Amino acid sequence: MSDQTDEAEEALPPPEGESDIIDTEYEIGQDNVTPQIGPFGLDIHNPVFVVSGLVVLGFVIITLAFQNVLGPLFADLRGFLTSSFDWFFLIAGNIFVLVCLAILVSPLGKVRIGGADATPDYGYPGWFAMLFAAGMGIGLMFFGVLEPVYYFATPWGDQPLMGDIGVVEGTLADPATVEAARRMAMAATIYHWGLHPWAIYAVVALSLALFAYNKGLPLTVRSIFYPIFGERIWGWPGHVIDILAVFATLFGLATSLGFGAQQAAAGIGYVFGIPGINDTVTAAVILIAGITVLALISVLRGLDGGVKRLSEINLVLAIVLMAFVFLVGPTVALSTQLFGNIGAYATEVFALSNPVGRDDDGFRQGWTAFYWAWWISWSPFVGMFIARVSRGRTVREFITCVLLIPTLASALWMTVFGGTAIDQVIERVSDSAVYGFVVETYVPELSLFGMLSELPFATVTSIVAIILVVVFFTTSSDSGSLVIDTITAGGKVNAPVSQRVFWVIFEGIVAATLLIGGGLIALQAAAVSTGLPFAIVLLLACYALIRGLIAEPR
Amino acid sequence: MYRKILVPVDLTHVDRLTRALAAAADLSKHYGAPVHYVAVTAQTPTPVAHNPKEFAGKLAAFGRAQAEAHGIETTTKSYPSHDPAIDINRTLLDAIAEAGADLVVMASHVPNAADYLWPSHGGSVASHSDASVFLVR
Repeated sequence: MSDQTDEAEEALPPPEGESDIIDTEYEIGQDNVTPQIGPFGLDIHNPVFVVSGLVVLGFVIITLAFQNVLGPLFADLRGFLTSSFDWFFLIAGNIFVLVCLAILVSPLGKVRIGGADATPDYGYPGWFAMLFAAGMGIGLMFFGVLEPVYYFATPWGDQPLMGDIGVVEGTLADPATVEAARRMAMAATIYHWGLHPWAIYAVVALSLALFAYNKGLPLTVRSIFYPIFGERIWGWPGHVIDILAVFATLFGLATSLGFGAQQAAAGIGYVFGIPGINDTVTAAVILIAGITVLALISVLRGLDGGVKRLSEINLVLAIVLMAFVFLVGPTVALSTQLFGNIGAYATEVFALSNPVGRDDDGFRQGWTAFYWAWWISWSPFVGMFIARVSRGRTVREFITCVLLIPTLASALWMTVFGGTAIDQVIERVSDSAVYGFVVETYVPELSLFGMLSELPFATVTSIVAIILVVVFFTTSSDSGSLVIDTITAGGKVNAPVSQRVFWVIFEGIVAATLLIGGGLIALQAAAVSTGLPFAIVLLLACYALIRGLIAEPR
Repeated sequence: MYRKILVPVDLTHVDRLTRALAAAADLSKHYGAPVHYVAVTAQTPTPVAHNPKEFAGKLAAFGRAQAEAHGIETTTKSYPSHDPAIDINRTLLDAIAEAGADLVVMASHVPNAADYLWPSHGGSVASHSDASVFLVR
């Protein structure tokens, strides 16, 4: 953990073995200002901190004031982007996967993040726990049951590739059709949670890690674009990229926090029999306050003592819940289905990711393009966090652990939760709780709890699930706040502690305000809309990444 | 009376350390005790250095400059950290124990209301270390 340098050395030692340091005139923190606000000394990037804060504040105020106009406007914008540019999102997603796989098998995979002699900062379990908890966690809780069952049972014209439907007007189709529908539902779900999203994260994370740890540029989103913009990246082009990243991260987190609190509240109401808990926002606001306090404790305990530990607790809890569902669910069927599902994904992924000449608009635009925009808008946050904790890994290790293993983990999770839920629907059709929440009346936030309610120890597992929702949110919230803090401090990770406290609380307040005043959906749409500009930006990043990797010694 | 003096330094703000460095040098000459400069740095690039190795080199150069300027015996050691803003207090306590220092001289700001929320690094080290701690304001 430390370098003894008692002996005199005149020249600077080579950086952790060889690496290709970029020679720039820019000094990290040169644009920072250090105002003193009351008793708190700050160290913030000028103008990124102030502009990001004001833009967020302005958006919240304007959205609250003109809700009736802006709500539909943002929703239309998102709808327009995902339906008009679906082909672009699909092509971009495919490019990210191909770039990652090409780097994985090429000699570039031998490059080590942090210089040729760097050693990993974190062991495999802690590293994986952190990247998984930040990257995907909460979505798995929300969509793990919802999405597979939705595809399996909805005859709404948006089934994957116009596949067969397992349930038709409340009765089961013939066994062969049911099996085909199940297989297709799982393949489509794993497609949305597999290689493509993780490739998006991997491209951003690998680029940031490379340009910070190997090239010596500040750990902030703009650094990726040094090969393209050169020294201009320290001016307004860079400011805009960083501000956009803060905007997408903060609204992505705050709106998810709002929806997550509603899901947890709905779960509490369902388990403890408190109907109408979501009729008012009280319960959800209390939950937001609770999650914010937990996130605050986490960031104040630091990356190792707080964020990493919470991520590990989170992963263990998730594995326990998954193991339980696997054991009390249709264990034998699930074991065989896992390989069948991965096989189905491997064969169907080509048709599912084909960007042109398809007639499944509802699925391709409503689900796939929306997901891709969503993952892309989250990528600055998740990518930056993964980058920060990945020093010392080779590029090959990195892509294996950020692309391939999470894809398998997602497939496993979806097989267990989705497979069990589909099994319940096949067994009991319209009598099953999941059918009630997904097909009959659409109550997506209760789909998971509906599935758990038909398994033994439903109360215990539902409470575990509620805790998991809360912890998953906390692990996204704390790492997200650290990321925003670093970006708005111009790439400094040791900015005064009061700044990270500010961002955690700010995010909680934005979420609570939007929940009380309305506008969660509007601003989530606005955050997802940043997916389009970022998709273009990320394609440029692929080029910068490959050029950067080629320049490294390997 | 003192055998080894430990001085935490922030290479980003050496200008704010002038008084603490001078006090440490005077005490070093008075007691004939060597000064051990330590610094906690991030793994990520910082204003001071591109990476921890480069940082360690700069700290060593800083130690040599202090030795020459004051005619004292100096050593240095840098501690790379995942999250320096939070880990620094813990790391400094470990550094004091590891170096076997019995006197710590460190610069600290004049306390204000924020110290009720989270104490200054100097305050935290003084609260938890076995060594004598001299906070220079």
